Amino acid sequence: MTATPLETHSTPSIRRYFGWSTDHKVIGIQYLVTTFAFFLLGGAMAILVRTELFAPGADLVNGTEYNRLMTNHGSVMLFLWIIPVLAGLGNYLVPLMIGARDMAFPRMNALSYWLLFVAGIVMIASFFVGAAESGWTAYVPLSVEAPSGQTLWAISVILLGTSSMLGAINFLTTITTMRAEGMTFMRLPLFVWSMIATSLLALLATPVLTVGLVLIALDRVVGTVFFTVAQGGDPILWQNLFWFYSHPAVYIMVLPAMGIVSEVLPVFSRKPIFGYAMIAFSSIAISLLGITVWAHHMFTSGMDPRLRVPFMISSMIIAVPTGVKIFSWLATVWEGKLRFNTPMLFALGFISMFLIGGITGIFLASIPVDLHVHDSYFTVAHLHFVLFGGSVFAVYAGLYYWYPKITGRMYDERLGKSHFWLNFAGTNLTYLPMFVAGLLGMPRRVADYAPEFTLVNQLATVGSLLLAVSTLPFLYNVVVSWVTGPKAGDNPWGAKTLEWQTSSPPPEHNFLELPVVTGMPYDFGEPRRTPAASPAGAAD
Amino acid sequence: MTTTTIPHGESFQAGEALGLDHRKLGMWLFLATEVMLFGGLLTAFLHTKLRQPGLEFTAESLLLVGLNTFVLVTSSFMVAQALDAARRDLKGRLRLYLLTTGALGVVFLAGQAYEFWLLAHEGLSLTGSLFGSAFFTLTGTHGLHVLIGVVWALAILLAALRNRGLSSNRVEIFGLYWHFVDIVWLVLFTVIYLV
Repeated sequence: MTATPLETHSTPSIRRYFGWSTDHKVIGIQYLVTTFAFFLLGGAMAILVRTELFAPGADLVNGTEYNRLMTNHGSVMLFLWIIPVLAGLGNYLVPLMIGARDMAFPRMNALSYWLLFVAGIVMIASFFVGAAESGWTAYVPLSVEAPSGQTLWAISVILLGTSSMLGAINFLTTITTMRAEGMTFMRLPLFVWSMIATSLLALLATPVLTVGLVLIALDRVVGTVFFTVAQGGDPILWQNLFWFYSHPAVYIMVLPAMGIVSEVLPVFSRKPIFGYAMIAFSSIAISLLGITVWAHHMFTSGMDPRLRVPFMISSMIIAVPTGVKIFSWLATVWEGKLRFNTPMLFALGFISMFLIGGITGIFLASIPVDLHVHDSYFTVAHLHFVLFGGSVFAVYAGLYYWYPKITGRMYDERLGKSHFWLNFAGTNLTYLPMFVAGLLGMPRRVADYAPEFTLVNQLATVGSLLLAVSTLPFLYNVVVSWVTGPKAGDNPWGAKTLEWQTSSPPPEHNFLELPVVTGMPYDFGEPRRTPAASPAGAAD
Repeated sequence: MTTTTIPHGESFQAGEALGLDHRKLGMWLFLATEVMLFGGLLTAFLHTKLRQPGLEFTAESLLLVGLNTFVLVTSSFMVAQALDAARRDLKGRLRLYLLTTGALGVVFLAGQAYEFWLLAHEGLSLTGSLFGSAFFTLTGTHGLHVLIGVVWALAILLAALRNRGLSSNRVEIFGLYWHFVDIVWLVLFTVIYLV
């Protein structure tokens, strides 16, 4: 590595983004760009699915093709977009936010990214050898009998899990051992707290999914009989192993999103965050509770009815720390000097959309309701409000918020706002009708449907096209502003977290002098304490 | 990772970082994922065993596995000795103990291979029955971990032979892994063979 990194100020070549780099900022951008490409791929599959569902009957694709589309739409969106894009933001931001030069294990960090890259290629390769067609949940025996693309699918997800675990080890080690002087745990930005909570989950839950995937791969390739019912194997074992990861994975997908919102709201309200400690601890509470709820996905799988109740209760309890966050955010915004820039719009959009997704989650956690709407479009609507209205909105909020930091240039606010409003309208038009479809009894994951569901499906399809269109101003904005946007300056939002106390984009090892932290990251409206950081060596 | 201008960990406050260096903490966190990995496999094994009674192990095979367990526990003792030698900078003893650790690991693997061969002769196979699938997957995964440990021990031994001041930290991190693999075996031995 470079011997004198601090003296290099020359504009780095763009070529470093196309090869092995151990700079967390380069890796972060590699993550963001790669995962966004997968977002577009997953989106294209969603558009095909929605087009097929515009009218009853199998017109555009046949049943098998439909199954492959919806399976890989889900797999790509969850494993190759939402989880890694948040890891990418974490990569870019965590060292900057805690006042560190880089991650604790820079080479392992690069390995995490390249594992993701290879896994993405394996996933795409799987489309050409008979793509996986048993849903992103890969329930056995379907996933054992599916064509060979399912094996590549399993390998891809194992690689992604490994990438995620290595990332979690890296984040936890970095945050524990590399904080700048004065950056105590109770001064950490809330995004960093959310990365701690997420990493704990990734660390503890992912290996169990790996076990399940290895068993499926062994059954498929070697011929073991873990899931062969005739030999005594048990399909429910897969469901337990799968959901032990995949429910916590929902929190892996949403906790960093909540962290982003907690960064954006105080800056655009010009007020200290309300309930800093409660927001931080509620993230940890969600991760710990999150590993006790998985079987609520299996209420209809024939489990002992007495076992359902504790899972219902633990699932509902998660609403408590979530509610703590939502009320803290509302209190943060309350009576603030609000500035409705694009990041703020997306953050507020997150709160409203995630609230719908979260509350319908409580419906679904309730056993009697779940027995009726399980595997219906109600579930589809719920999860998309959480993951699209929630996580994706927050990712957009974060991308706009940190865009001037990452690129050194300001995006076009007008395009940003039109992106938001198109996206907001599209989200509601796409997913609200799905609640109705589900309550009317429309099952998910079927290419065809009864004629009475036509109207709600057509609304959803129109909405999905709106969502697709809404991506265009975003892409145009990101690309063009990077080249021609006005210089943003180091701290265009007047934020107090450490990443804004260095230049935009930050120099090679982030800070010319390591900062010394002397206050909270959200001390707005208290000029006496500004700035929250002083150069190293300066008197407090 | 090892820039001379920016020593990692320079900036954190003493006492806030659990008194651990980042490589050691990273190893502990990795071991947490390993706990969950073996936890998942063990759950799968126990689940299948509840559904289908497993094999009655013969006295001979219990004796064999018991001896193998003794071998592995002894190897853990050797790692502790190696660490002690590394800390006191006794190069000769360090090499000896690392070599013994690796050798005992090889003995364990040979014993396991022999046991697998015996079981195969009794008709147990990876694909023939649920118990076979679960048994070989679980013990095989552990064996794979021992194999990785042996390779790791030899890598450190090579570094020690090249005589470029080997840090005791490196031995200690390897030791964490080796002890973990050993402890996992004690759990597996109890659950698979004794319960």
